[in-house]
Amino acid sequence: MIAIIDYGMGNVQSVANAFARLGFKTVLTGDLKTIKNCTTLVLPGVGAFGRAIKELREKGLLEHLREREQEGTYILGICLGLQLFFDSSQEDPGWGGLSFFSGQVVRFPTSVKVPHMGWNRVYHNNDNPLFEGIPCGCHFYFAHSFYGFPGGEELFLARCRYGVEFPAALRKKNVYGLQFHPEKSGEWGLRVLQNFGRMIIDAGNTSY
Amino acid sequence: MLAKRIIPCLDVKDGRVVKGVKFVDLKDTGDPVELASFYDKAGADELVFLDITASYEGRKTMIDVARRTAQEIFIPFIVGGGIGTIDQIRDVLKAGADKISLNTPAVEHPELITEGAKIFGSQCMVVAIDACWNEKMGEWEVYTHGGRKATGISALEWVTRVEKLGAGEILLTSMDADGGKIGYDISLTLAVGERTNLPVIASGGAGSLEHFAEVLTEGKADAALAASVFHYRQFSVQEVKKYLQEQGVEVRLS
Repeated sequence: MIAIIDYGMGNVQSVANAFARLGFKTVLTGDLKTIKNCTTLVLPGVGAFGRAIKELREKGLLEHLREREQEGTYILGICLGLQLFFDSSQEDPGWGGLSFFSGQVVRFPTSVKVPHMGWNRVYHNNDNPLFEGIPCGCHFYFAHSFYGFPGGEELFLARCRYGVEFPAALRKKNVYGLQFHPEKSGEWGLRVLQNFGRMIIDAGNTSY
Repeated sequence: MLAKRIIPCLDVKDGRVVKGVKFVDLKDTGDPVELASFYDKAGADELVFLDITASYEGRKTMIDVARRTAQEIFIPFIVGGGIGTIDQIRDVLKAGADKISLNTPAVEHPELITEGAKIFGSQCMVVAIDACWNEKMGEWEVYTHGGRKATGISALEWVTRVEKLGAGEILLTSMDADGGKIGYDISLTLAVGERTNLPVIASGGAGSLEHFAEVLTEGKADAALAASVFHYRQFSVQEVKKYLQEQGVEVRLS
């Protein structure tokens, strides 16, 4: 079972809807016990960095996510969910992130309109099953003012340009992060989620 | 490059689409969800549901529309009209809407923008501005209550203010151009765009393919919203996008 972690941050129902459409069983929950019983975790989220970390901490989920990352559980972060994988964010400098990826979440330069809102081209490396069957350079839906940038480019699965070049998808071992919203990116977005679902089945990480 | 967005707008009353919609191949042309699904397949980048229901009871049906839409289509959509409290914003977003738009309540209670942005993020707080040229003021004036009430507020000043308050996007309707099919109000759109660093959705006046190109290039809008030209099938979303692509405008063609 895939847990879609609901920690009170905006529209998370759509992520559950997308997985449901693809035939994957999910549970939308913020309950630690329920999440402990799930084999795969999805951390969605829209909203602010500090508030999200605070909510996760209060639910005991911050520590649990760190444990699961160590255990090798497949974890997918979407938008703010991905940003929480970093050390910290310019959005709320007082708060520490999950530190799955080293580096900071930074704001887009003032040369472009912020938020980065709408459909932008995503260029993937063609070397990860997450983007299998998806044309390089097709559009995905973004809605964010900040983006995470790890120390090097070795974690990049896909990139996007908006004033600067930033990672649209990142991966470190079992942890995957998407800056765009696959649940709102039409056909290709659903394909990314389907690929992720297939990947965890292939890894024997879960049963359906 | 970020694509320019084409956004059909659906007026919904008591859970049903109003403004005569001529879709012979739809079973139920009044069902907002079915129509949303149609526009999604036609290549719409985003959708707006404008709730024009007067009664409180009727408004609750909008939550159901949002919930069913989010189960059917996987592109972003905005719900506007009849939303005036944090609880109402939460309900609509929880149902699966990506953004809400505030018009009259934003003017009457500007703190709602700030509070909503703090809780749900700026990216889901759209401020809808109905603007009309006021000759006496020598500038565009903000109207509320569905265009019935003049506020005396300068539209350009209001844009600057809502950005500071935490809005994430502007849905700008020119009352001068709306319904006339003579083209979007380029000077208004351009003036607003110069005042803000937020994305601007231009609305009101679409009547030809050229109008879309104009407002997205000369008017520098980030998105163009239209209703009747799509509902009456003057042309399709796909036709607009193909035309824009020919004009060198970046669009998403699936």
